[in-house]
Amino acid sequence: MVGPILPLRAESIRVARGGKTLLGPLSLEIAGEGVTIVLGPNGSGKTTLLRALHGLERLREGAVRWAVPEPETRSQQAFVFQAPILMRRSVVDSIAYPLLLDGLLRGEARARAADAAEAVGLGGRLALQATDLSGGEKQKLAIARALVRRPQILFLDEPCANLDGRATREIEAILATVREQGTRIVMSTHNVGQARRMADEAVFLFDGRLIDGGKASDFFDTPQTPEARAHLQGDLFP
Amino acid sequence: MNDILTGMIEAVRLILTLDPTLIEISLRSLEVTVSATLIASAIGLPLGAWLAINRFRARRAVIALLNALMGLPPVVVGLLVYVMLSRSGPLGVLGLLFTTKAMIIAQVIIITPIIASISHQAIRELWAAYHDLLISLNTTRWQRIKALLWDGRRALLTASLAGFGRAIGEVGAIMIVGGNIDNATRVLTTAIALETGKGNFALALALGFILIALAIAVNLALHLLSKTERNSLW
Repeated sequence: MVGPILPLRAESIRVARGGKTLLGPLSLEIAGEGVTIVLGPNGSGKTTLLRALHGLERLREGAVRWAVPEPETRSQQAFVFQAPILMRRSVVDSIAYPLLLDGLLRGEARARAADAAEAVGLGGRLALQATDLSGGEKQKLAIARALVRRPQILFLDEPCANLDGRATREIEAILATVREQGTRIVMSTHNVGQARRMADEAVFLFDGRLIDGGKASDFFDTPQTPEARAHLQGDLFP
Repeated sequence: MNDILTGMIEAVRLILTLDPTLIEISLRSLEVTVSATLIASAIGLPLGAWLAINRFRARRAVIALLNALMGLPPVVVGLLVYVMLSRSGPLGVLGLLFTTKAMIIAQVIIITPIIASISHQAIRELWAAYHDLLISLNTTRWQRIKALLWDGRRALLTASLAGFGRAIGEVGAIMIVGGNIDNATRVLTTAIALETGKGNFALALALGFILIALAIAVNLALHLLSKTERNSLW
């Protein structure tokens, strides 16, 4: 049994590719409970930040530190990608897959997967192939698969970017329940309205740098930088 | 034209009368080719998957070599296996020359690169799609290979069937290492070569039609069993 893995500390991390810095150097701490929303215009580094925190990006500088050694955190973290990565399996087998990796027997894994599917509204879709789902359902499947291991922290990279209003509302409702159950959420979005609805904390990125953020109410009411102010007002950047 | 027609009639006659010789060499053909395909698949499929997900210095060279080996001349393979298994060869003590086992060995050498190369291509594409997910789920290398082999199984079936297709129609290598011995190592392809040499074209054609029918039947059966057309995408 792994103890609490938070707080998560990014210490002066920098990600670069082909000689170009994509992110950082920046420092950040994720602790406590609730939802941290990562905001910023396209290309500001939102996805790269989430991937770096989750360990999917090689850091050129700095380090990501957890309350316990990093290998112990792996089963306690989950990531939902902007474009859901679907396995060539049925809905129930797709959700059960992480549990099979943990050594659960197929029957038990499928039973827990069915519960997870039910929780996101896919209870009637268990036998369907994952690829046969609608866009919103595919993202729900990705969330159910991420949650089936009961992680302590859930990273979501613009999970509603390609969804309509109804599907977005459903995903937000699922995430609200997940938050209430104690899972720490770190999510990127370019949708300011969604950020206002969901955030307990906000982080604002611009050009790969963390230039604004803090407690959600403070950030949304009185952003400290002109870039954040412009973004929240829906202004276009040059 | 007359030979073809006579050949087709003869083929039907042989099948309808369940000609014992035909049954015997057909079963032997299947035994050799299915065994070779199973062994080559057991080697080639994991090798293809391993090459798809691992990065190492000589990777490109290994893939290029594998692709080049797809065109390996069967006669040369037959000759090499013959030399290895002949009495004076390093493996002569095993006494495998002119047995079906020698034929299987030759076919495994010929079709393993085909199966590995096609499966590498299929798994590489699947790995590109799954990469971030499987890394995110903290999978071990073996778990990744297992997931890719399982989820890519229909494409991999095609790889194995390509190997089967090449093996069932192969004649040069198995003629050399098997010797085309009646009641021992004669198979459909070597029997066709023999009957053609004797000028018995109708029988040779009949055996040819049966060989083609057998290859199609095995392919169809496997596709039906694995339900490849079930869910449109794969």
